[in-house]
Amino acid sequence: MAFLEFEGVGITALGAAVPKRVIRNREYTEIWTQEEANEIVEKTGIEERRFADETTCSSDLCFVAAEKVIADNHINKEEIELLVFISQTPDYRMPATSVTLQHRLGLPNGTIAFDITLGCSAFLYGLSVVYGLMEQGNLKKALLLDGETRSKVYSPRDRRSAFLFGDGGVAAIIERDKKFGRSVFSLNSDGSRADLIMIPAGGYRHMSSAETVVEKVVDEFGNMRSDEQGYMRGGDVFNFVIREIPRDIKNTLYYSNHQVEDFDYIIFHQANNFINSYIAKKLKLDFNKVPSTIAKFGNTSSVSVPLTIVSELKGKLSGKKDLLLSAFGVGMTWATGIVPFVDCQISDIMEVEDGHAV
Amino acid sequence: MNEFLNLFKEAIEREDEVRLEDEFRKYDEWDSMAYLSVIALMDDKYNKQMEEAEFNTLQTVGDIYEICTKN
Repeated sequence: MAFLEFEGVGITALGAAVPKRVIRNREYTEIWTQEEANEIVEKTGIEERRFADETTCSSDLCFVAAEKVIADNHINKEEIELLVFISQTPDYRMPATSVTLQHRLGLPNGTIAFDITLGCSAFLYGLSVVYGLMEQGNLKKALLLDGETRSKVYSPRDRRSAFLFGDGGVAAIIERDKKFGRSVFSLNSDGSRADLIMIPAGGYRHMSSAETVVEKVVDEFGNMRSDEQGYMRGGDVFNFVIREIPRDIKNTLYYSNHQVEDFDYIIFHQANNFINSYIAKKLKLDFNKVPSTIAKFGNTSSVSVPLTIVSELKGKLSGKKDLLLSAFGVGMTWATGIVPFVDCQISDIMEVEDGHAV
Repeated sequence: MNEFLNLFKEAIEREDEVRLEDEFRKYDEWDSMAYLSVIALMDDKYNKQMEEAEFNTLQTVGDIYEICTKN
């Protein structure tokens, strides 16, 4: 169990952008029957998702969110000395998308820029990396970007993933200030479960070829996908989550000398309503303190924790608020964060079409 | 046993009767979401967790009942 602690670093401003295109799951009946669609919506709680069009990438969503946060808070771009971009749907295999965003946002060449690729728990990993570098003392401001276009990853003909995922991007400004006090993170990994959620082809183990793009029937239910598309073994993911997540939250609370009642809000990775309500019930949480965006944005991978904060806590973060963050997914990796928010400025959610704000 | 059968029936949202000898994968209601509901039932009511590979060896409702009530 690896715990990290930081002092006097926090998120001072946060914004988000989502594609303008809304996919209503109950009307997602081109391939699936009305009855199947309704059944899945009722079980997962995912009514709507946002799908990026062909010309919109994760980086475009983050760019729009970042420009909005920078403008709303009158931030001098010269003061942004660190840019971290979190995604598993980057623009290219190389160069790193963070570096293209440094130029696009007009940040100085002195900016430290790199990508973090990890999956659903990555916002917490990214936050702890940025907090660590900020605590070091030399950097004025950091910009943490987190974007995913998971709609482009999964097959619409695989019922087990077709209705779950959506797209989004967030931008967070991170600064030093004594007012934030202590943050605590628990970060974990279990590579023995690497095959639970995976895109098998397109990397260097199984390079893209004519064969990897062929759609095949993959099970007795007739679900179809290619090796370039993601799959998820939902049963074992759920087994994993009910065993590890409550335990990690309890261990982190114990380590940091907190009770779950101490927190103003508890933000979970938005997997689906079935998994999330089961964990909340198991931990006996007050549902009023557990905001959700599952119904309107679906599972946006690493973006779901910060997107839920932007969407559901705007206007509720004045003064000091203690947030407990919990995320889990592909790897498997999982993380718990005790993250104080003090007067965090939340921008309105932007909409994006053809790569630009609309 | 009746309690288990009722919980199982409720979990997979089946209207017809559920019997121990039934092969649950042949139910119309059986799909990946029904499977998640059964995992939740096993964990919540019987404190039993089981990986998918092992679960795949179970055939009947009675096989699941046996796992749930085994010490």
